[in-house]
Amino acid sequence: MIQALRKDARLRRWTLLAPAMLFIGFFMLAPIGLMAYVSVLERGEFGGVEWGVFSIDAYWSFFFERELDGSVAVNTDYLQIFLRSFWLSLVTTLLALLAGFPTALYMALQPERYRNVLVFLVTIPFWTNLLVRNYAWILLLRNNGLIDASLNKLGITSEPINVLYTPFATGIGLTYSFLPFMVLPIYASLEKLDFRLVEAAFDLGADRLRALFRIIVPLSAPGIIAGCILVFVPCLGAYVTPELLGGSKSMMIGNLIQAQFGASRNWPFGAALAFTLLAIVLLAMMVYAMRFRGQAPGETRQ
Amino acid sequence: MSGHRGNPLWRFRGVAPSAGLFFAYLYLPTAVLIALSFNENRIATIWTGFSPHWYGVVLSNDDILRAARNSLVIAIAASLAGTTLATFAALATNSERFRGQSLVNGLLALPLLVPEIVTAVATLLFFVLIGLKLGIMTVIIAHTVFCIPFAYLPIRARLQGMDPALGHAAADLYANEWQAFTRVTLPLLWPGILSGGVLAFIISLDDFVITYFVAGAGATTLPVYIFGMIRIGVTPEVNAVSALMLMVSIVMVSISWLIGRARR
Repeated sequence: MIQALRKDARLRRWTLLAPAMLFIGFFMLAPIGLMAYVSVLERGEFGGVEWGVFSIDAYWSFFFERELDGSVAVNTDYLQIFLRSFWLSLVTTLLALLAGFPTALYMALQPERYRNVLVFLVTIPFWTNLLVRNYAWILLLRNNGLIDASLNKLGITSEPINVLYTPFATGIGLTYSFLPFMVLPIYASLEKLDFRLVEAAFDLGADRLRALFRIIVPLSAPGIIAGCILVFVPCLGAYVTPELLGGSKSMMIGNLIQAQFGASRNWPFGAALAFTLLAIVLLAMMVYAMRFRGQAPGETRQ
Repeated sequence: MSGHRGNPLWRFRGVAPSAGLFFAYLYLPTAVLIALSFNENRIATIWTGFSPHWYGVVLSNDDILRAARNSLVIAIAASLAGTTLATFAALATNSERFRGQSLVNGLLALPLLVPEIVTAVATLLFFVLIGLKLGIMTVIIAHTVFCIPFAYLPIRARLQGMDPALGHAAADLYANEWQAFTRVTLPLLWPGILSGGVLAFIISLDDFVITYFVAGAGATTLPVYIFGMIRIGVTPEVNAVSALMLMVSIVMVSISWLIGRARR
């Protein structure tokens, strides 16, 4: 009897789960598998791919290119784009951490009713259009834009600032885009922190820096690391920000991938780049999952 | 943690001004954009006077209206489908732990973990392979995928906050399972479903990267259209239509927040 009931419950659970699982499995997991497959196919002569004709050209062409005379030369263009993406993502993550941690600490120390409002204020930008938020920075950063015009009027600068369409502008835009992802997990960790521990540290003669780095930071480490991953990962795959704010000299992985499906029409190469990006991201997630086993991002050890 | 009676904030005085700077950084650019959208001048960044003129220009532009209609159709269809699937999944995962749970959790979180550009590439290749013509339909399918986790999270949170004793009480009062579900669980779950549905709707309405890849020529959405406008240049029309999108999102997310907080 109980056996039968349990079986019934299991059947019902999987019937309820099936539609969502199948939908994501069919329209997301299968496409990712297909993408991995396309990345090892031969490029079609007029764009597209030669189905069933295998080739590792796509991965090979990341490092090397064939010259007109048939010789093979090392090509560092793509490597540079990858390095730039990593570097920009790293700087963005650090900036976001520097700005995000004090804010999260401030929020966690507020009375409860303010805290919810502050959390809501941090999340609002996440729900607004990324394109529009980056466009706002064009208005601010461009020559004769708001910042340039004000600096000029105040007599601080007399030349145009020439910030838009540089990696610097991309960095500002990326930090702006992904900042909320840093604050929320750190806040989630700090909110659960027992601040009596901090008081105890002060009572025992610790100064502020010591209390911060010996008590608060270690206890909120899962949130800090989760925040860093949540900022770093979307930065690495960013497309909109470098496209709008960066010039041709600050192209990132996302733009390189998009180009393979636009002008370059090299689908296997685009698939290989996307697959590499995915592999890096999943690796970061796995390392995090192994370090903080069984905890959701931002959760502190109980 | 009984309030922070001995609030240690006084020790970390630096955090208040830096939090202030943080919120200024977060909101100033969009505030500037909204302010400039009411500028009467043709030159988009120099203020000459207040005027809603450019909103009129935008709202009488047929291409923008067509793109907005596409966006609405897609967002409504995708958020309805995604929220339905998410509600089923949340009901299934709410009870005790079960075998295969981590697989289920992983699959449900997949659309949030994978970088958008990767999803976009994979989905495009998939549609091309199965021979589905790119258009409104392909965009709806692609959006439904990422609407599922965004709707799932608030619904799941609502379910977890519910008192299991209510279900037992219904059973004690001779409700069969269906009655217990429709009379007790569902009414209590509605705010979660509604708030999840609104979030899915906003995410779909705002999506650019995935749409850009799988939309094809006939299914230009508002963000894709705005992207095209931005590339041509900074104009008062872009300011107005961007500000409109911003305000729609902010209003919707506020609604979702208020619903989510209601009757907790």
